[in-house]
Amino acid sequence: MMDIRGKTRRFAVILMASAAIVACSKGGGNTEAAGNAAAAGEGVKVGVLHSLSGTMAISEVTVKNATMMAIDEINASGGVMGKQIAAVVEDGASDPTTFAQKAGKLLESDKVSTVFGGWTSASRKAMLPVFEKDKGLLWYPVQFEGNECSPNIMYSGAQPNQQIVPAYDWGKTKGFKTFFLVGSDYVFPRTANLILKKHIEKDGLKTLGEEYQPLGGTDFSGVIAKIRAAKPDVIYSTLNGDSNVAFFKQMAAAGMTPDKLPVMSFSIGEQEAMSMGPTLVQGGYAGWNYFQTIQTPENAKFIEAYKAKFGKDAVVTDPMVHGYLDVYVWKAAVEKAGSFDPKAVRDAAVALDPIPSPLGPAKFAPNNSLIQTGYVGQSDATGQFKVLWTSPGTIMPDPYDPVAFPGKSCVIK
Amino acid sequence: MTDPVFLAGQVFNGLSVASLYVLAALGLALSFGLMRVINMAHGEIVMVGGYIAYLTMQVVHGPLGVPVAMLAAFIGAGAMGALLESTLIRPLTERPLDTLLATWGVSLIVQQGARDLFGATGVSVTAPPWMSGAVAVGPLSLPLTRLFILLVAVLVLVALTLVLNQTRAGLLVRAVNQDRPTASAMGVSARRVDMLVFGLGAAVAGVAGVVLALLGPVTPSVGQSYVVPAFLVVIMGGLGSIRGTTIAAVIIGLFSALAQVFVDVSFAQVLMLAFVIVFLQFRPQGVVAIRTRALDA
Repeated sequence: MMDIRGKTRRFAVILMASAAIVACSKGGGNTEAAGNAAAAGEGVKVGVLHSLSGTMAISEVTVKNATMMAIDEINASGGVMGKQIAAVVEDGASDPTTFAQKAGKLLESDKVSTVFGGWTSASRKAMLPVFEKDKGLLWYPVQFEGNECSPNIMYSGAQPNQQIVPAYDWGKTKGFKTFFLVGSDYVFPRTANLILKKHIEKDGLKTLGEEYQPLGGTDFSGVIAKIRAAKPDVIYSTLNGDSNVAFFKQMAAAGMTPDKLPVMSFSIGEQEAMSMGPTLVQGGYAGWNYFQTIQTPENAKFIEAYKAKFGKDAVVTDPMVHGYLDVYVWKAAVEKAGSFDPKAVRDAAVALDPIPSPLGPAKFAPNNSLIQTGYVGQSDATGQFKVLWTSPGTIMPDPYDPVAFPGKSCVIK
Repeated sequence: MTDPVFLAGQVFNGLSVASLYVLAALGLALSFGLMRVINMAHGEIVMVGGYIAYLTMQVVHGPLGVPVAMLAAFIGAGAMGALLESTLIRPLTERPLDTLLATWGVSLIVQQGARDLFGATGVSVTAPPWMSGAVAVGPLSLPLTRLFILLVAVLVLVALTLVLNQTRAGLLVRAVNQDRPTASAMGVSARRVDMLVFGLGAAVAGVAGVVLALLGPVTPSVGQSYVVPAFLVVIMGGLGSIRGTTIAAVIIGLFSALAQVFVDVSFAQVLMLAFVIVFLQFRPQGVVAIRTRALDA
């Protein structure tokens, strides 16, 4: 028999629990009508699918922000073919299975006309069969290992010959002869390291070690001991997500800061440097197709708009810019094709003239990848990157590295 | 890779990893070991410790930042644990599955709370300058940060053992743990002792969070990577035994570090888990088995 005290306590607990649930519900996936979206019949739905939680959130939340900013801007200037864009934002939670499931939900239940999203190659590989089965179109904004040639994905992120190989060639010009490769344990680092090893071998240089850490793993004591024992000239790191934080902290604890032992990272940008604390990565190198310090009027305008919306301390990274320009390319492709059909949009996208973007004129090649310039930068005390090297011109994307995967090419009809 | 200097370095790394496990697991050793409460929010209490460190170090700059943060985390996380115990755990005593579900819910709420308050991208906590650098012991180079964490782990263990064995409060805890009805009949408030134990466990977890923030990320989901190893260490160590938890942490830490000499990190983790499974087949009561005369043991 419950007395009054027990009943009151139960009521209080239920009230608190309901309040807590309501407070938390704004973190989940929901339909955000951007700008002044009209009723469903007059708008067009697009999916925005990124990790808003979990180990990759450090990198992906801001890509979602940049994508949403592009959508808001387009809506403010009239929308696409007169229709307002309604973005359906979903959280992949840093888990490839969740990405695949959410992609299916977006394409089949929400019937979005296109999806902007993904970061880890694991998430993209999980989403690939969904997009091919449902004949959707995914705009993928992140650098990756290539080795893929799907008609249903627009690869705006760097192919290996636009990031990994130029960064390696630059390393050779700096006189690095011995390399230590560290990466998270999934397809991108494994393939990237395979490509690097083949190039290193071909050039007669040495790979002193190749170590992998589970995605999200934070214990680097063994890896760092091996690095110390091997004494390489440079570390090439394909670590992703929170592991980077642990790696740089533990390297600093061991006395091997980037000024003592150079590190080239392929997944550290301005956002990660700021979240980790810029002093931790200061002096480290990164290879991308965009740095916030690039001086163009387009870039200055973009940075100003982003800071106005997200705070003056916000920083901009390469994947964020790709997420942003993907929306504009999609809009231009839709207008050229006169339709939202994914296949028509894709065919139009690769036939477009270059569109101005914060990283320069953006044009897709017939193999669904973006033609872009390669940069190598070095991070400073404020978390910004000074550009040390620019590729002599734009680089035509090639998903199949000729040294590691000879004889293969990507042709999409 | 079997060079003796390297192996010696790995032994140190094993002890360093063990000290991280001990700090993460001690709080759980108290709540799970002594009270048999399955607290799925334990990882989040560690995470809260990390965020308390971030907040403290924003206010207190310089070398005092870390000790003040540890004190703040001890009090803050302890209060959080006591609150959790009195509102949620106590009504659910003798119902372990419900406690598991309820604390799992709390873990989700706390994670989302951290995301909403601090952002999903994590915050930066860097070790102060006095902790950077390494001590050279012969050919080995031992990072100061790891030495500091080892020291903290040892101090916490000693302090906890002293509290449990030498103070009156510790006596009451041991009495309630050995034989709850009799202790209760002798005038010990079992409910207050429960709150003390749980709060103390949470306070230690908070201190662990501060210390772990020096070597790893501080993000809303970082607690998830501590909760499973913590349970592993507590179960393997033997429920209710601080000594067992410590020994198990050392065994697991050394095993994992030495396995990494020969195989990569992912496989070393597989081997470590396989080792724990095999160990528990032969010795299910754990490293240190508590023998008691209580009827319900």
